[in-house]
Amino acid sequence: MIKNENISDEQFNQKVEKDLLAHLTVNQKRNNIFIFLLIAIVLVGMFAYYRQIRYGLIVTSMRDYTSWGVYISNFVFFVAISLVGSLISSMLKLSKATWSTPLTRISEIIAIAAIFCASIIIIVDMGRPDRFLNVVIYGRIQSPILWDVMIISTYLVISILLLYLSLIPDLALCRDKLTGVSGVRKWFYRVFSVNWKGSPEQYKILHSIIAMLSIVVLPIAFAIHTVTSWLFSTTWRPGWDSTNLGPYFVSGALMAGAAVIIVAMYFIRNVYNLKEYLTDKVFDHMGKLLVLLSLIYLYFNINEYLGPAFKMVGVEGEHIIELFVGKYAGMYWAVQILGLILPIVILSFAWGRKPLPMLIISMLALLGAWFKRFLIVIPSLQHPYLPIQDVDESYRHYIPTWEEWAITFASFAACLLIITFLLRVLPAIPIWEMKRGVEPKSQEA
Amino acid sequence: MANKKNKHSRRQFFSKTVPVAIGTIGGVGLVAQSCQQANNDEEKISLLSADGQLVEVNKSALTKVPYKPVPPDEARKGIPGKHFVMVVDLARCRNARKCVKSCDHHHQLTPDRPFIKVLRMQDNKTSAPYWMPKKCFHCDNPPCVKVCPVGATYKRSDGLVLIDNERCIGCRFCMAACPYSARVFNWGEPKHQDGDRPYSPETSIPSQVGTVEKCDFCPDMLRQNKVPHCITACPNGALYFGDRNADSVTNGSETVRLSTLLKDKAGYRYHEELGTEPNVYYLPPVDRSFPFKEAPEGQPS
Repeated sequence: MIKNENISDEQFNQKVEKDLLAHLTVNQKRNNIFIFLLIAIVLVGMFAYYRQIRYGLIVTSMRDYTSWGVYISNFVFFVAISLVGSLISSMLKLSKATWSTPLTRISEIIAIAAIFCASIIIIVDMGRPDRFLNVVIYGRIQSPILWDVMIISTYLVISILLLYLSLIPDLALCRDKLTGVSGVRKWFYRVFSVNWKGSPEQYKILHSIIAMLSIVVLPIAFAIHTVTSWLFSTTWRPGWDSTNLGPYFVSGALMAGAAVIIVAMYFIRNVYNLKEYLTDKVFDHMGKLLVLLSLIYLYFNINEYLGPAFKMVGVEGEHIIELFVGKYAGMYWAVQILGLILPIVILSFAWGRKPLPMLIISMLALLGAWFKRFLIVIPSLQHPYLPIQDVDESYRHYIPTWEEWAITFASFAACLLIITFLLRVLPAIPIWEMKRGVEPKSQEA
Repeated sequence: MANKKNKHSRRQFFSKTVPVAIGTIGGVGLVAQSCQQANNDEEKISLLSADGQLVEVNKSALTKVPYKPVPPDEARKGIPGKHFVMVVDLARCRNARKCVKSCDHHHQLTPDRPFIKVLRMQDNKTSAPYWMPKKCFHCDNPPCVKVCPVGATYKRSDGLVLIDNERCIGCRFCMAACPYSARVFNWGEPKHQDGDRPYSPETSIPSQVGTVEKCDFCPDMLRQNKVPHCITACPNGALYFGDRNADSVTNGSETVRLSTLLKDKAGYRYHEELGTEPNVYYLPPVDRSFPFKEAPEGQPS
């Protein structure tokens, strides 16, 4: 990470502390403009939601056939993004990849922000949000929605624990070292560092808890997106009625997660001046990881479409035609080529794994991931077994209204707002994990 | 609603009454037709009063007491011993749309979102098109009930699948799950609704914004030993309704054995391969009563 390996551990650790705490005290005027912009977008979304509450879901473009729209596809997108947390702090950690250590905190913050937004969006989609508690009062365990509610809340709790526990030594450091921060923040650091002294015994406990959590979170993370896929695959809709859907969703989510962490680390590295920690080497590793995850996703994509496209059975065939050459062909091929094939090709070259090209490619992959979920949710609903007749013309099309877009953009803004806010008070990179010689030797091996 | 208070006592009063002149059966407390045709004040009706006296009452003084549908909790229990089925004779349907209209009227629906749809079906390019009236199939293995997270939609012992719109959270999972697209959603505030009526899942009235509804097989009629509105509305006798346990169905004019009807006319169900076990059977459009005619312009199709 830091090139000069000749300096002593103590000097090294002092530098790490100074560098990584720096972004918590600098004056962030530019950051403020960004935050105001995000708040404005959220407010517009809240106004749109007020209209939806007042007039009902009629303000959306959803109707009896396309009964789920961008809210649900956006929900699936956020659930997908949230897998980034377990990808970095569980899968990479358990495989002892040390290069990903500086990414753990960012990934956990993104995961929490994404699950939070997913939960908000699913309530926005409800026709009767005032009856949300019915899910608890009258909950029926056989409904996949109940499974989803349970697994998402479990994942949220474990993600919060994972973020918080690995924060404790850094919060203690903020408590001890940060000067010139407001009284509220001082209080926050003091209370939430729970009397951390940094004794070897405390480190030992912390390490074993984090190790345990990073194992526990793994099946939960797989389950959260598999269960989300079951919301679709437990029905008979073309494109949903597939046993491939679980791994297809999970692999797509891991790919989107890798893309989102690349975008995040690009901006964090530049805005917070952390080039020494989020090095080109880290980008290179993440680029290779993204290629691998994209290849896996490509494999499941081929699995998902080849069979139905070969057989062309009934509505399943109509659905394939709609995607390949019909109304949604433009979007479909743009998503598959720009959002999946292109990342694989470009990131296979070393020049493609430099920060800037990776930012562009990852943004394309993310955009592709969002529209892919649109393509998974909406066209399927427009191909029922019995033909769409005897209804108003508006029931045949789905073009999201401004209210739906406003709420969707507000959810992105809210996600960014949560991330930005947390990065203002928490060190973006886990300082204690970056230091040398503080951890017990046995853990290093 | 001024007579709300004594509605109950009057109902009891009438239900004990023996010589009701009008000759309606089954309707609890249903007595006089209306004042308009009973200008003749002389016309008297004999009634048995609560204390056992036979009294004569002016016909014009009597008003129709509407049937009071059962509340949501009670609507979860089926009518004992019954299992309701519908049979649609495709050979007799000419898209007259009377069933749709009467259903819309009785469920207070606007024409843009009917419970019944009449679909123009054509199995392939060379086969003949036909009209298919489609309602809820009230499946015995209902996908909608399986996915509902709150038990707002449920299966009853008499085969009916109903919705409690006071419990529905509007997640629309049931709409995604139903392979027959039988369900409609109240995207906006429902129009033309009689909000004063107490809600019952057996009438699906009044509708509520943000909740799902669908064809309910008119259980309020079934409780009064009558058939659903669409059955009597069909001018061609295309729709049969009845009890599978009793093996009998009626289209309003003729009552036949269900098993014989299905056997003789090769009855079938849509998408048997999905395993949903529908309770709506179809008779193939052979030896048709009417030649197929395309829908007139302006009719949504």
